[in-house]
Amino acid sequence: MMFDLHGYGPSILEGTLLTIEVSLASLAISMALGIMGALAKLSPSKPLQLTAQTYTTIIRGIPDLVLMLLVFFGGQVFINQMGPLMGYEDYIDINPFMAGVSTIGFIFGAYMTETFRGAILAVPKGQIEAAYAYGMSRRQTFLRILLPQMIRHAIPGFGNNWLVLVKTTALVSIIGLDDMVRKAALAAGATRKPFTFYIVVAINYLIITSISVTALKWLEDRYSAGVVKA
Amino acid sequence: MDWTIILDNIGIYFEGLKTTLMLVSSSLLLGMLIAIPLAVLRTSRNVVIQAPIRAYVYFFRGTPLLVQMFIIYYGFGQFDAIKASFVWPFFKEAWFCALFAFTLNTGAYTTEILRGAVEATPHGEVEAAKAAGMSRLLMLRRIVLPSAFRRALPQYSNEIIFMLHGSSLASVITIVDITGAARIINSRFYSPYEAFLTAAVFYMSLTFITVFLLKRLEGRWFAHLRPQVSSDAT
Repeated sequence: MMFDLHGYGPSILEGTLLTIEVSLASLAISMALGIMGALAKLSPSKPLQLTAQTYTTIIRGIPDLVLMLLVFFGGQVFINQMGPLMGYEDYIDINPFMAGVSTIGFIFGAYMTETFRGAILAVPKGQIEAAYAYGMSRRQTFLRILLPQMIRHAIPGFGNNWLVLVKTTALVSIIGLDDMVRKAALAAGATRKPFTFYIVVAINYLIITSISVTALKWLEDRYSAGVVKA
Repeated sequence: MDWTIILDNIGIYFEGLKTTLMLVSSSLLLGMLIAIPLAVLRTSRNVVIQAPIRAYVYFFRGTPLLVQMFIIYYGFGQFDAIKASFVWPFFKEAWFCALFAFTLNTGAYTTEILRGAVEATPHGEVEAAKAAGMSRLLMLRRIVLPSAFRRALPQYSNEIIFMLHGSSLASVITIVDITGAARIINSRFYSPYEAFLTAAVFYMSLTFITVFLLKRLEGRWFAHLRPQVSSDAT
């Protein structure tokens, strides 16, 4: 190892694992919201369209950090106001993991909505019509025709969102979650070597990013099987 | 909810707004000054020139802005050589570190955006410029860069919004920007909804004004690409 971590190596590694956990959990939420958002935007129902449109517009207008602080501190107050009404008298602490994951999931759900919307539109309409003509239900059409084909179109945008999402998880350190940035801060405070620890964390992010890029490339090739390249 | 708290303290938010605008506009400007030469040099085939620029862009695009800011604000103090040198009075100031980190960050993203735009210059335009006897610099100034800026504008608009939102991180290292103002109000009155929703409204207004202005600029710069209205239609 080229860096002397003064015995804080395992602690940073723990933080790295938490960073990955937060990323994956947020990704799951964002994908669910993204699919719902995309279907809502493309649905014939005006109220659904409007809701999805408002959602994506608001998210694009507010910084991640402000939303996260709003959910973390605001959620705290909200739960403690609701607690007594439900007959619960003790003070409840909001779980920073839940606050962080739900905020990041909610933010990236908006970006996923745009990605998935584009991908759905890229599937030729004739195929959907053909599926209905064969008597498939809406559900069957989605699962058998739309989903397998939209994945290919969604992967590049999805990949970008994922890379940005991983970097955004650094913000959870601000609301007290022990991700690798916070672990580095603790180690830096104890050893007075902040540069060393933050550089190590930066390199960890680069490693996660590089692995993701390779995996995404593989996925893209797989889902593009049979597509003739120009 | 008690909105009188906000009305009584709205001054702090406007102070924060000033700080946010100063930070964002200076870092965008300085970042652009870094990015223009780097983007041009990045298209060079010489590895010695290309590799360091690649490394710079890779590092700043691949790591979180928050970590970059921490490396500069907390990290640089680890070295006695920096502490003893003439730059230390700057690097011990939070605002300078934030500005420095934001500038390098947006510089990296802008380099990549501009590089794509420069590389997309139609070959014929470059050939024509050469045939007209332009030097490399003159060609850059008159042919390559003007059209590259136009092609880069839509993506650069995203970068501007990204930087506006990213600037909220400055509040983490004690700077009182819009988010910093909200954090002060929240800790003073324990009123998270009022404090952060107000900040959100400020950012949203800024975002929409910026998007509106950029769309108008796009309309101007792309005016020649608008479908022509045929004269006999009237």
